[in-house]
Amino acid sequence: MIDAIFSYEFLQNAFAAGLIIGVIAPLLGVFIVVRRLSLIADALSHVTLAGIAGSLYLSQSVAAFALLNPLFLGIAASVFGSVLIERLRSLYKHYEELAIPIILSAGIGFGAIFISLAEGFSSDLFGYLFGSVSAVSREDLGIVAGIAVIVFLFISIFFKELFVLSFDDEYAKASGLPAKWIHFLFMIVTALVIAGSMRIVGILLVSSLMTIPVATAMRLSKSFKGTIILSIVFGEISVIAGLVTAFYFDLAPGGTIVVTSIMLLLFVIGFKKLSVSMKKGAVA
Amino acid sequence: MNAPLINIQDISFEYEQTKALENISLKVEEGDFLAILGPNGSGKSTLLKIMLGLIKPTKGKIELFGTDSKNFKHREWIGYVSQKSNSFNSGFPATVEEVVAGGLAKKSGLFHRMPKNYKVQVKEALEAVGMDAFIHRSISELSGGQQQRIFIARALVAKPKVLILDEPTVGIDHQNVQSFYNMLASLNRDKNITLVLVTHDVDTVTDKITHVACLNQTIHFHGYKDQLDTMSDEKRKAWYGHSVRKIHHAGGAH
Ligand SMILES: Nc1ncnc2c1ncn2[C@@H]1O[C@H](COP(=O)(O)OP(=O)(O)OP(=O)(O)O)[C@@H](O)[C@H]1O
Ligand SMILES: [Mg+2]
Repeated sequence: MIDAIFSYEFLQNAFAAGLIIGVIAPLLGVFIVVRRLSLIADALSHVTLAGIAGSLYLSQSVAAFALLNPLFLGIAASVFGSVLIERLRSLYKHYEELAIPIILSAGIGFGAIFISLAEGFSSDLFGYLFGSVSAVSREDLGIVAGIAVIVFLFISIFFKELFVLSFDDEYAKASGLPAKWIHFLFMIVTALVIAGSMRIVGILLVSSLMTIPVATAMRLSKSFKGTIILSIVFGEISVIAGLVTAFYFDLAPGGTIVVTSIMLLLFVIGFKKLSVSMKKGAVA
Repeated sequence: MNAPLINIQDISFEYEQTKALENISLKVEEGDFLAILGPNGSGKSTLLKIMLGLIKPTKGKIELFGTDSKNFKHREWIGYVSQKSNSFNSGFPATVEEVVAGGLAKKSGLFHRMPKNYKVQVKEALEAVGMDAFIHRSISELSGGQQQRIFIARALVAKPKVLILDEPTVGIDHQNVQSFYNMLASLNRDKNITLVLVTHDVDTVTDKITHVACLNQTIHFHGYKDQLDTMSDEKRKAWYGHSVRKIHHAGGAH
């Protein structure tokens, strides 16, 4: 495997992008999970699909789009979707979650139309839905790296504000923090991460890489910082193990990565149960 | 004399359908320990939210520390503990230390890191509420009353000049309510923190407070606590809807 990484450029790209995503997806995911926005990640990934399908369709009919990386339109759609979700959430104040099925189905709806319009998309489609080890270009890698820089800047600049906002948004507002703005930026950064992770994990599984490692970490850590660190560790283990198995057995990496993270979760839950019952046993 | 810390001038507020507050004027002076009393739905929480700038009054104006609240820049001078300590995400993975440190977020400023000695400050705030032994515990594992104290510590850590508490004794059992009020009184006395607290439970308010305001859409009474005893029965009825007993002194409730 190590040899293969050094000899194939596509593998280098996939691994480098995977390692980056393994950090940024769970890092942002911690905030998404504790703020109970997990389903929003799902909605946005489907909007990204619509953007990508739209771009592929346009590339066949409009010359200007032929050279454009479909990721760009995917990112644009995702960011637009995040703004739309916020609008809908404030419109339906007491049914905030309504925004999610509306945007999610809009994403799938437009996606389905563009996919059927674009010819010969079905082979690419599989990669977009479930991820691919061979489809990551240098340009894709560059985009992912750029997104990672934005994520790190955003989190390190606004860490304490994000923490307070996630913990208790009324308190954040009462203490005079610019809660609205930070939330708005947060949604945009989330949209970027989803669009960026999609190349490796696939649209259908992006949100799992943002939530499952966090769910695992929350079983083990009491502190917020600890949860972040463990989430990233579990995210990286899933990505590395997932990519290796995907490469060797010619499987979709989205599948192997997510299944690895689920196995880690089950292992941790089982381990906790066992250690609790051992403790009880020791007392008895 | 200094300007009142909070000066509410002829404020009214309506939610979409309900009138919540009408022509309220209220001053909170430095060193006051004010209890705002009133039955459910009398507008207590609404009034506090207006003081904090969380909602804007439909009419009237507020001055904070002598400045029009629109131009007031020092929100960290005003600490706030909201009703329902469980307005936070229960199950949130954070330690008591992290939660209390969050109280320094505004004070340290956007684009700035936490102060270097923030751990010391957090510890002091926890000592003030008698919870320093819990510093490394997970916030979700504490009882409602313990969490309430943690949220007070979070408000205290920024060293506010005024502390606003909405129904702080809900979820605290009767034995501990007294010691809880003692703790507030010592913050008021020893640390010179001005306190504004809200409760609908007139009976358990102790002799620790200095001022009362009786609220039910309008202010029915505002003054020294002792003067409340002279309030006529009719006035009491108009305020609380039914006759309420006179304020009991420490330990006299229930
Ligand atoms: N978000 C809201 N939307 C519409 N009406 C509201 C809202 N919040 C409060 N009200 C109404 O405004 C009035 C005052 O409510 P408020 O919460 O200030 O009362 P309160 O004195 O704090 O009551 P409690 O003792 O139950 O906490 C009530 O009639 C209430 O129904
Ligand atoms: Mg209330």
